[in-house]
Amino acid sequence: MPRDTEMQRSEFRQTEGPARRPVEEQSPRSMGIVERLTRDDSDRKRFLKVVGGTGAASFGAFVLAACGSGSTSSTATKAAASGVTTTSANTGDVAILNYALTLEYLETEFYAEVIAAKLFSGKVGALVKSFGVQEAAHVVAIKGAVEKLGGTPVVKPEGKFPITSANQVAQLAYTVENLGAAAYLGQAANIQSPEVLASALAIHSVEARHAASFGTLVKKPITPDGAFAKPADMTTVLAAVKPFLA
Amino acid sequence: MSDERLVNPELTACEVHGMSRASFLLRGAMATGAVYGVAAVGPYVSSALAQSSSGGTGSNSAARMNASDAEILNFALTLEYLESDFYNVKAKQVGLSGQAKSYAKLFGEEESQHVEALTAAIKQLGGKPVAKPTFVFPANNEQTFLALASVLENTGVGAYNGAAPSLHSKQVLAEAGEIVQIEARHAAAIELLLGHTPTPNGGFDVPLTKAQVLAKAGPLIKA
Repeated sequence: MPRDTEMQRSEFRQTEGPARRPVEEQSPRSMGIVERLTRDDSDRKRFLKVVGGTGAASFGAFVLAACGSGSTSSTATKAAASGVTTTSANTGDVAILNYALTLEYLETEFYAEVIAAKLFSGKVGALVKSFGVQEAAHVVAIKGAVEKLGGTPVVKPEGKFPITSANQVAQLAYTVENLGAAAYLGQAANIQSPEVLASALAIHSVEARHAASFGTLVKKPITPDGAFAKPADMTTVLAAVKPFLA
Repeated sequence: MSDERLVNPELTACEVHGMSRASFLLRGAMATGAVYGVAAVGPYVSSALAQSSSGGTGSNSAARMNASDAEILNFALTLEYLESDFYNVKAKQVGLSGQAKSYAKLFGEEESQHVEALTAAIKQLGGKPVAKPTFVFPANNEQTFLALASVLENTGVGAYNGAAPSLHSKQVLAEAGEIVQIEARHAAAIELLLGHTPTPNGGFDVPLTKAQVLAKAGPLIKA
């Protein structure tokens, strides 16, 4: 069986040319996204209402189902969300999930733009497509988790990514995925609910796989931080993604 | 089930329908948890477990939590010893070349660091690190070596992801997170080298139970 020690160069279409999107000045709207992520959901009640026992049990099942497969049940989400409101423990998790959701929205948009640009083909193209599908699944799972906790999912941000060539995109993907992995790692210890933590860990390791994959593509380290991955805090990550917010 | 709290430790020993009171209340807590959410009953469940296991109060619960964390880390340490031996010793016996050889060298160095870190963490928790086991790896050429590497790394990811939510210490959790991310990176690189998808679980890595991990790793542990 032939072994791909490196991705076939022919699978890159080297279309060097002007940037597809000029990098614009940062608009005030992005500051709102940062603030929206970190504020408390203080208009929510801080105790749980019980509605026929359908609340947290189905949430746990939902989150675990999201861990184990790519499919999620939106009907279960809606049914359970109707009776559950946020607790003080939940509000922290909601904020973290919404932060993750913002990052996942951006990653999904990135992959959508990359795929639309048709820069990759063959095995690499298939890989990029599969990663895009996975990020989209992350969006669905996290959005559902926020709703199950009685929170309001953050609005999908407008993203913009420079896309000039296959190599440039692969480099950018390496950066973005490394950042995503560091972001999840940075929040693991802050998560209150074991189910939310399980979900976050299930996603965290996949982002790491994505990062390593692009590392092999662009000949950059599989493990850029060495034997121990470095976490990144929310401030650092949000500053790093600011250039990609329209 | 009512939301009564265990306020009288002396009731611990009382029998309720053939079950100790602590177990009875623990079951209640589990049922309550299904309704109110795990976060609401978390501390109560820990307290009930502490009651039922030793009959004592929470005074040595910190030690108990450390011991529990140390046990989990010892499980992880066994896997890290396994991977370290695999990359540092077995790889040389098989004889690798090219990318496989450079991965084995790099990953071997990193797994060795994981062994050191986990050993130190277990000691810090007041635990006793397991002794390095003897392993047997069924691989005699580069292809079978890489195939086994992918099993080990993917199992490692599943093991850490499965065990981490049970860790009491947030600091230990953070350390486990720093390690599992590396295992995932290793796994992806090996899979790509084999011409496989780097994400065999799709978008969500599957957490493994201890039994599931032992099913994969157990046969490799000779002593």
